Amino acid sequence: MGIDNLNRTFQKKLSNNEKLFVPYIMAGDGGLNILEERIAFLEDSNASAIELGIPFSDPVADGPSIQEAGIRALQEGTTLEKVLSTLKNSIKKRSVPIILMTYINPVLQYGPEKFAADCAASGVDGAIIPDLPLEEEKLISIPFKRHSLGLIRLAARTSSKDRLRKLAAISDGFLYAVSVMGTTGARSMHDKEVKDYLTKLKELSTAPVLAGFGVSNSEQAQQLGSYCDGVIVGSKIVELFHEGKTGEIKKLIAESTKKRNSESVLK
Amino acid sequence: MKKYTMPDIEGKFGVFGGRFVPETLMPALKELETVYENAMNDPDFINEFHDYLRQYVGRETPLFHAGNLTEKIQGANIYLKREDLNHTGAHKINNTLGQALLARRMGKKKIVAETGAGQHGVATATVCALLGLECIVFMGEADIRRQKLNVFRMELLGAEVRSVKNGSGTLKDAVNEALRYWVSSVNDTHYILGSVVGPHPFPKIVRDFQSVIGRETRRQALEQNGTLPDVVVACVGGGSNAMGMFYPFIEDEDVKLFGVEAGGKGTHTEEHANALNGKTGVLHGTMTKLLQDDHGQIQEAFSISAGLDYPGVGPEHSYLHEAKRVTYTAITDEEALEAFQTLSKTEGIIPALESSHAVAFALKQAEKMSPEESIVICLSGRGDKDAEQVKHILEEYEHGNR
Repeated sequence: MGIDNLNRTFQKKLSNNEKLFVPYIMAGDGGLNILEERIAFLEDSNASAIELGIPFSDPVADGPSIQEAGIRALQEGTTLEKVLSTLKNSIKKRSVPIILMTYINPVLQYGPEKFAADCAASGVDGAIIPDLPLEEEKLISIPFKRHSLGLIRLAARTSSKDRLRKLAAISDGFLYAVSVMGTTGARSMHDKEVKDYLTKLKELSTAPVLAGFGVSNSEQAQQLGSYCDGVIVGSKIVELFHEGKTGEIKKLIAESTKKRNSESVLK
Repeated sequence: MKKYTMPDIEGKFGVFGGRFVPETLMPALKELETVYENAMNDPDFINEFHDYLRQYVGRETPLFHAGNLTEKIQGANIYLKREDLNHTGAHKINNTLGQALLARRMGKKKIVAETGAGQHGVATATVCALLGLECIVFMGEADIRRQKLNVFRMELLGAEVRSVKNGSGTLKDAVNEALRYWVSSVNDTHYILGSVVGPHPFPKIVRDFQSVIGRETRRQALEQNGTLPDVVVACVGGGSNAMGMFYPFIEDEDVKLFGVEAGGKGTHTEEHANALNGKTGVLHGTMTKLLQDDHGQIQEAFSISAGLDYPGVGPEHSYLHEAKRVTYTAITDEEALEAFQTLSKTEGIIPALESSHAVAFALKQAEKMSPEESIVICLSGRGDKDAEQVKHILEEYEHGNR
């Protein structure tokens, strides 16, 4: 469980020459009763891990698709407590790692110590907290260490090299490379700067580097994946689930993770 | 308080404050901090700021002895710090001017801002016009409907007003959207935050630019009366006029400071903006007292006055509240409306609904004080913008619909 599980799972896939693919879903979007089913579907579709979003009233790092999913989830009465207990009940039915993506305020109200303990008890392996930069991590770092939970750090295009080095050195599981200047959501970004940024992160990081924010199709996923170890796809997965197009999700993951003989870089 | 040195180097006021923002913004916040510290040590910058305050904003503003009101209340001598006389009609421009000069110093030619009722948006659009900066203002859809005139004023000043449909379409959502926009444009854009909220260094910068209010008041009180006021009162939404007024008095332990939040329909109801009675949490990049539910979801604030309609409060206010240096209280919509009319009739000064909250509390306080004592009210803005709304409400009262 925890950091070890993340490391083990990712290493196994990478040594098998697969790219990593972490889909994001919003917990409670469509009701918490279908969460178990969605996780099973993604696990079955060869997701490397699942980033599970906790809805928050003021998600400043998210674009429209995930904002709307969050509103739907809140209308379903979703709370952090209910998500954790749902995960706990289905702990034996899954083997795919679970990473919670949550803003810091719900964690603070839950209590950092209790949050870490309940995460561990529910089979959660780590967390991504987009509004908790290095400077503020101490709010949760001790409970996270105590329960061997991974804290996945986010690197940004604006971060200085020193800062990137620091983030790369301490990130658990993988380093989340925010590939665009902006919020989550689809957009084109096939420029040289992204390549240079991801290449630089790969040099700095011993942990796998995954590109996220703005990735919406398998071409992008393959391209970005060729510069690093894989991708995180959020808004697109959320939209496809909402529209009931699960076949496309399967296809997207399959195409994004397929083994390659040579690095085929698309335009 | 003895020596007051908040915030610390991490931007904390005790446990409050800090920088809870996406990584993309961290370098910009650090740059802003550095540029600000340099600017504050650069006499040319300070002189330019003060020249504009004098020539363009119209400072200093009077500390007016409200004789009629004093006579009516039969208690302490009442003074009004006339921030309503500033260019654009409120204290907001003290901050937007300072920040726009900082933006220019950073070489950033574009400005983004949020606005609730439109006062901060207008003050931002104004200084952008003055300094030749591009300006985008995010404003909630509901607020755009309620404040059409301010939308037009901003456009007239050359700003682009973008409607925010998310959430309740009010100030909180406008801040979210301005932050999102800033994340995507941080290389060439400065965010002029309108209150002492948000991530460090904003609460400090806004307080410092607004502290001209308290510094003038302190000096004027000594000049006029040879002594400091016994009591100082200001309204608190995010709390920028209050912080600007209180800050120069914090070490004067004999001066009692009162911050007045919006009590809406009453703090016993669910419709108020009494954030300081809320729980500690993180919103818009800072740790502070917030209106939120047990699960950490932020709740909507409610007030007759759009400028106080915010579910959080500046982190320094949370600190001063816990340190018991400032006493915070709340005034209901109804009490504020009454004070709005009282001040208009007795002194010929129509106060903003925000400032009317401070007036309402101060009148209650003045009554309990002696004629040898004095009380200063920060009259943060003028009430022209509220006249139409108040007219409607009073008509409804007359027809017994409320």
